[in-house]
Amino acid sequence: MMLDIVKADNPHGENELMPDNSPPRIQARNVNIFYGNNHAIKDISMDINTGEVTSLIGPSGCGKSTFLRSINRMNDTIVGCRMTGKITLDGQDIYDKKIDVVQLRARIGMVFQKPNPFPKSIYDNVAYGPRIHGLARDAAHLDEIVFTSLKKSGLWNEVKDRLDASGTSLSGGQQQRLCIARTIAINPEVILMDEPCSALDPIATAIIEELIEELKERFAIIIVTHSMQQAARISQKTAFFHLGELMEYGDTTEIFTNPKVEKTKDYITGRYG
Amino acid sequence: MTDQNQNITPPTQGPTGWTSEAMQARIRRRYRTEKIFKLMGLGGLLTALATLCILLVTIFYTGTSGFQETRIKLDISLSENAFAGVAALDKAEREEALRKVNYSTLIRNSLLKTFPDVKKRREVFALMKLVSNGARDEIRQKIIADPSLIGKTISLDLLASSVVDIFFKGQISRDIPQSNRKISDQQIAWLDHLSADGRIIRQFNRSFFTSGDSREPEMAGILGAAMGSFLTLLVTLLIAFPIGVSSAIYLEEFAPKNRWTDLIEININNLAAVPSIIFGLLGLAIFLNVFNMPRSAPLVGGLTLALMTLPTIIIASRAAIRAVPPSIRQAAIGLGASPIQTVFHHVLPLSMPGILTGTIIGMAQALGETAPLLMIGMVAFIVDLPHGVMDAATALPVQIFLWADSPERGFMEKTSAAIIVLIVFLIMMNGLAIWLRQKFEKNW
Repeated sequence: MMLDIVKADNPHGENELMPDNSPPRIQARNVNIFYGNNHAIKDISMDINTGEVTSLIGPSGCGKSTFLRSINRMNDTIVGCRMTGKITLDGQDIYDKKIDVVQLRARIGMVFQKPNPFPKSIYDNVAYGPRIHGLARDAAHLDEIVFTSLKKSGLWNEVKDRLDASGTSLSGGQQQRLCIARTIAINPEVILMDEPCSALDPIATAIIEELIEELKERFAIIIVTHSMQQAARISQKTAFFHLGELMEYGDTTEIFTNPKVEKTKDYITGRYG
Repeated sequence: MTDQNQNITPPTQGPTGWTSEAMQARIRRRYRTEKIFKLMGLGGLLTALATLCILLVTIFYTGTSGFQETRIKLDISLSENAFAGVAALDKAEREEALRKVNYSTLIRNSLLKTFPDVKKRREVFALMKLVSNGARDEIRQKIIADPSLIGKTISLDLLASSVVDIFFKGQISRDIPQSNRKISDQQIAWLDHLSADGRIIRQFNRSFFTSGDSREPEMAGILGAAMGSFLTLLVTLLIAFPIGVSSAIYLEEFAPKNRWTDLIEININNLAAVPSIIFGLLGLAIFLNVFNMPRSAPLVGGLTLALMTLPTIIIASRAAIRAVPPSIRQAAIGLGASPIQTVFHHVLPLSMPGILTGTIIGMAQALGETAPLLMIGMVAFIVDLPHGVMDAATALPVQIFLWADSPERGFMEKTSAAIIVLIVFLIMMNGLAIWLRQKFEKNW
């Protein structure tokens, strides 16, 4: 029922489930990223679809977070970061000069490694995105968006009596779910998650994973994770990065049971990394 | 790797002698160093505290008497003769006519009635010296307020002269020879007589807080200087705060990090260390000579102090902005907030306590600043209260400087009293800064 409300209010009108033969949501072609002289990402091409979770795995410093951050152009804020190649969202080049970065980041939401709620009330945390983008018709509608987002992130029952409490007063797991609620409140098309569970305990991790499972029906989700078990549990596609190169990309079951590259095999069996 | 490890022979070293004599000595030495360091720190702290205490005690010891004044109760006969025809005039004309009345005669008549023996001209003159010149104004104000007093004899507490004031405050000793003190044996005898009659009154000096500067120590007040300081600081705040904060925001959030911004940063830091009198010269050269702004005006003083305060505000604001965790900026940008929205919705509110603290400290610095104001003419003797930023004015620290420079003995306690007022203002401003910081500080 909650999902229906959101569907009706969808400002972009694009979030219907894609049929399986739809073209990929995100296409990366020959992406190279440099930090100064450091060649961080080397010629990566991959396709990402709606309706599934894509995991990016690999040892620390292999460039998975850098690649993730290039998808919503968060790297633009880093001094000395250069990028070549092409990334398209629904066929549109996101590095095109005509693309509005601010709107692009609204369409591609992001959840960070460390929960980073604003030091404002829980309500204001969730309402911030809809407010700056003018998504709510009136106060009642805004209430509804906040309710729906908190409900979907599984936080509603825990915070419904204290929406005025500060977002930073919540526990780590709750803060991370608040950040997810904040992200889905503006109804993005893609959600990027940068190690969302690395700062959480196993119970909070399980809750977030369940949440990702539900969200993948409606959003394309790309998640960076250090936990091979997590990648295996939640994702349909897995990409293995090594020293800035994409070593292997394919169905998760395939990668974990029958890796084609020796490096992947070493990494997932724990012999390296 | 593992093969190599096996080849390395462990260093030849016996078990560590934790209880050996050498080890014990080392530990003792360590504790001794620690103790000496602690004592040195404590000593430094105590020296600083003692100096501060001595300073404050001296100032308060001399200064508190400055908040008191001495008055002489006299029966003034407002005879019809002296005010002939004044009662019939309308309000404006009456005030004009009252200005011309010789009030000295009234005071002299009253004093001569109390001391009928005084006949000689020189003695009368000495007797008149007991009462302040301001007493004449006090009588006039009384009559302007209530014209029906004309024709009656009224009892008034008239302001005593500064010499009488400090004599009763014990700052002039009877023991020193007459030729070495400002007050003669004869005058002391008269004062003793008045005192025995209960005609000497010591009370709180209200006019110190309600009047401007004066040549007479007993009439001098700090309101003019305080107003001048207030107007100057107002201009400083209005100019320095917006410019300082926006510069800090630009430099921290928007400016590209290159050689130019490095150069700007170095220059801002250097400006903070430039002696303040240089800023005074700058103000003199630019605001007075180029723009022909009025001399001695709080506007010019405020502009000059704004230049001086800007680096402080910029440095403090940049530090406050830098202290906002980057994760907050990322969260806002990740939600599709524009850079300006990120700054104004998140970064600025979070850094506001730090910015305000820096601003208030900068303002307190400006409040205590004398040198630049000397250069732009705010050091003049100004009796009238300034009512706008274009009026001639002086400032509290400059007033202190002027009084400290005056030869009259009575200005000594006034100087200390003015210092106390300035210190109270500074403590209040710093208290406000601390309160703001604690009230708005957020933890995450």
